[in-house]
Amino acid sequence: MRGAKSAKWVAIAAVVALGATACGGGSGGDSGDKDRAIDKNGIVSYANGEPQNALQPANTMEAYGSVVIDSLWTGLVHYDEDGNITYENAESVEPDKDNKVWTVKLKKGWKFHNGEEVTSKSYVDAWNWAANPANGQQNSSWYRDIEGYDEVHPEKGKAKSEKMSGLKVVDDHTFTITLKSGIPYYAYKLVYTPFYPLPSGFFEDPKAYGEKPVGNGAYKFKSWDHKKSIKVVRNDDYAGEDKAKNGGIDFKAYTKDTAAYADLKSDNVDSMPIVPNSEVANFKQDFGDRAIEMDYSAINTINPAFYTKQWKDIDVKVLQGLSMAIDRDTIAKTVFNGTRDSATGWVAKGVKGYQQDACGKFCKYDPKAAAKLIKEGGGVPGNKISIQYNADQPHKDWVVAVCNSITKATKVKCVEDAVTDFAADTEIRDKKQVKSIYRSGWVLDYPFNGNFLADLYGTGVDGNKGGFSDPEFDKLAKAADGAKTVDESAKLYGEAEKQLVNTFPGIPLWYNKTLSAHSNNVKSLKFDQAGDPIFTDVEVFKK
Amino acid sequence: MGRYVARRLLQMIPVFIGTTLLIFLMVNVLPGDPVAALWGDKPPDPAQVAQIKHDRGLDLPLWQQYLHYMWGLLQGDFGNTIAGNRPILDEITAALPVSARLAAMAWTFELVVGIALGVIAGIRRGRIIDNSVTLFTLLVISVPIFVFGLLFQLLFGNQLGWVTPTVQNSEDMAQLLMPALVLGLVGLAYVARLTRTSIAENIKADYMRTAVAKGLPRRRIVSRHLLRNSLIPVVTYLGTDIGTLMGGAVVTEGIFNVTGVGNLLFQALARREGAVIVGIVTVMVLVYLLASLLVDLLYAVLDPRIRYA
Repeated sequence: MRGAKSAKWVAIAAVVALGATACGGGSGGDSGDKDRAIDKNGIVSYANGEPQNALQPANTMEAYGSVVIDSLWTGLVHYDEDGNITYENAESVEPDKDNKVWTVKLKKGWKFHNGEEVTSKSYVDAWNWAANPANGQQNSSWYRDIEGYDEVHPEKGKAKSEKMSGLKVVDDHTFTITLKSGIPYYAYKLVYTPFYPLPSGFFEDPKAYGEKPVGNGAYKFKSWDHKKSIKVVRNDDYAGEDKAKNGGIDFKAYTKDTAAYADLKSDNVDSMPIVPNSEVANFKQDFGDRAIEMDYSAINTINPAFYTKQWKDIDVKVLQGLSMAIDRDTIAKTVFNGTRDSATGWVAKGVKGYQQDACGKFCKYDPKAAAKLIKEGGGVPGNKISIQYNADQPHKDWVVAVCNSITKATKVKCVEDAVTDFAADTEIRDKKQVKSIYRSGWVLDYPFNGNFLADLYGTGVDGNKGGFSDPEFDKLAKAADGAKTVDESAKLYGEAEKQLVNTFPGIPLWYNKTLSAHSNNVKSLKFDQAGDPIFTDVEVFKK
Repeated sequence: MGRYVARRLLQMIPVFIGTTLLIFLMVNVLPGDPVAALWGDKPPDPAQVAQIKHDRGLDLPLWQQYLHYMWGLLQGDFGNTIAGNRPILDEITAALPVSARLAAMAWTFELVVGIALGVIAGIRRGRIIDNSVTLFTLLVISVPIFVFGLLFQLLFGNQLGWVTPTVQNSEDMAQLLMPALVLGLVGLAYVARLTRTSIAENIKADYMRTAVAKGLPRRRIVSRHLLRNSLIPVVTYLGTDIGTLMGGAVVTEGIFNVTGVGNLLFQALARREGAVIVGIVTVMVLVYLLASLLVDLLYAVLDPRIRYA
C-alpha cells in the first residue's frame, strides 16, 4: 500500500490526526489473564508526544498536551456516550428562558492539588486571564460568545478591559455567564479545556505553573522530563466520582507512531492514541482481544470550492450525482481494510442529534442514477475534477479510489491534487486557491450536531473553507440556535442537516473509528467519542 | 601548518554565512504559515496570530529577520521556537549529546569492524573470506537502512526480547547500541570496501616487497606499512561520515524513538520552525567543516609526503 509506506516515512504523529481508521471486532488471542490480581497503585503508560506548549489549559489544543491536561483537570461538565451532558465539578449549569444567562453552581468541597478550594473565582479569573491576548493563550477565542469578550480581546491591539462583563461571581460557589445571544447548547462548550479553573497562584507565575500544572482532577502532576515523559499520580483527595482505579499515568514521548506500536507489541507501553496506518491491516492479529475499536466522532468529506468558476453556479444535481458515483462500502473494505463506516449524513456518530440516513439515497452508490443526475444537471463544467489532499497523511489511496469510482460511473475525469503537507494544504484552503474539490475532515469540538453543521456550512464562519452559502440553511441554523432547549435545538439542526441534501456543500464519505490496543499489563482501556482514552477506569495487573 | 589551519578556519566564515542565508531563505519560501499551523485544522485567532508573529519577529521584512537572527546567533542566542516559545538553544543542546553519542558509537563500530574486515579481505584477496566480505557489504549497501532498522527491532526487540524495541532513555548508551549498529551498518560496508581495494592495491607495491625482503615481521608490515598507506581514502570517508551520522540519522532515530538532532530537524521542518532548522543546520555545517579540516590534517600524519605550508 503506497499510502502506508509514505505514512511511515513522512507522517509525524499528526497533531490532529484525521487519518483515523478502524477495524472490526476482536479475533481470539491471549485471554486467560483475566484472573490476574489488580495492583491498585499500578502505573499506566501511554504513548504520547512532547506537548507543543506549556501545560496551561487555555493554551493547549493539540492532542499531546490535551490528554495530559484532561487527566489533571476536571471541568464543570462532561458528556456521556450518547452525547448528553453530565455534571462534574458543577452541581448544575442552568440557562434562563432565552438561553442567554447561564447560572453555574459548583459542588462544594472540591480542591486543587495544592489544597486551595475551587471556587467561582477560580473559574472566572481563569477565563478572564486567558481571554486577554497579552497572555497569548491559543484557545482564547472559545470565550467569544461571552458578553464583553470583544473588550478584552479586540480584533487588533491591546485589551480595553481586564474582565469580560458577562462573567459575574455571585458567591463562592455560584457564578453567571451572560452570552451575547442565546445559545441553547452552550453547556457543551464548557467541556473544553479553556473552561477549566485555575488556582490563584497561577496568575502570579503562569510560566512556572505551565511547567508544573496544578489542577483539580483525578490525577496530580508529578514530573515532566521534556521529550521523554510526563508523569502524573492518582489524586487521593479527589472529590469527583471518576476516581482513578490505578496509581497514575506515565505519558511517554514518541516521535513516530510506528515506534510506539513496536513498544506496545512488547508491553513496553500500555496503549497508544491510534495504531499507525501501516499496521491497520495487522493490528488485530497482533493483539487479538486486546485490540480496541471505538466509534470516533469524526467525519471525512470532499468539499467543492464554491468560489471557483466550476462550482459557482452549479446545479445541485451534479453534486448529488458525484456523491452517488462513489462506492463508499467497497473502498472502505479495500482501502481501509473494513475499518471505516460509510457516512450517511453530515453529522458523525456519538453526537447529540445524530440521525441515520440524513443524506438518504444520495449517499448510496448507484452508478446509473449518478450518471443520469449529472447529465440532468448539465454536467461537470470542464468534465474534469481534481481532489486536493495533503500527502503527509495517508489520503492518497482513498482519493485515487474515489476518483476511479467517479470516473467509472460517470465518465467525469478525476485527478488527485497532492499538496506536500497539512500546513501547505491548509494555507491553500484558507487563501481560497483550491482548484476544484478538497478533502476535509472534522473532529467534534463538542458532541452536538450543530458543531458539524453551523460551524462548517454557515455563511462566512471560520470552518467554512469552501465559500459555501445558502440562506435557507442559515435560516434553519438560526432557528435552531434560537430554540428553547438543547433537545429542541438538536432537532431543528436535524432539519438543517436534511436541507444540505439540496445544496451538497460537502460530499460525506466515511465516519472514523479510534483504533488502538492495550498491553498485557492492563485489564482494559476505552476511548470516548472524542478519541480520548478514559484513564481513570484502567486497571493495572500486579507484576 | 598554523597558517594553514588559520586560513581554513577563516574560510569557514563565508561558508557559514552562505549556508545560513540559503537555508533561511529556503525555509521562508516553503508554503504554509507556521503560526497558523499551531491551530491545526481549526480556524486561527487573528489577534493571537499577530501577537505571536510580533513576539517572534516574524512580522518584520525578511532581510531584517535574517540580520536579527544572525545578530542573535553571534551572541549565542538562537531565538525561540514558534510553538511553545522555548529557547532553541535548549532544544539543540538537549538533542546534540544524544546524536553525538549515537554517532560516536556508530562511527567507532564502522571504523573498527569496517577496517578489520577490509584488511582481512584485502590480504586474502580472492579467497573465500574476501568473497564473503564482498557479498556481505553488497547486501548491506543495497538494502535500505530502514529495512535493517525495522528488522532488528522486530527480531531483537519484539521476538527475542533481548532489548526493548525502542530506546526508552536516549541518554543511556547501552540502549543506543542497537540503533548505533543499524546506523553504522552502511558506513561499515563502505569502509570495508574502501579498505579492501586500497589494501589489495598497495599489497603489490614495491615498498611492500622491500619490507618483506628486509625480513620485517608480518604484523609490522601490515600495520605500519600497508595499512597506514592504505588509509587515506578511508579517512576521507570516515571524516565526512561524522557529519552524516550526526544530522542524517533521521530514519534510524525515528524507528528507535531516539530524540536526537535528526528527529528535531524533521519535526522542525514539519512545523516550519525556520529558526530551529537554521540553528541545527548551522551547528551541522560547523561539524562538517571541522571534520573535513581534521581529515585534511590527518593526511599529513598518514603520509609524510603531504605538507601544508
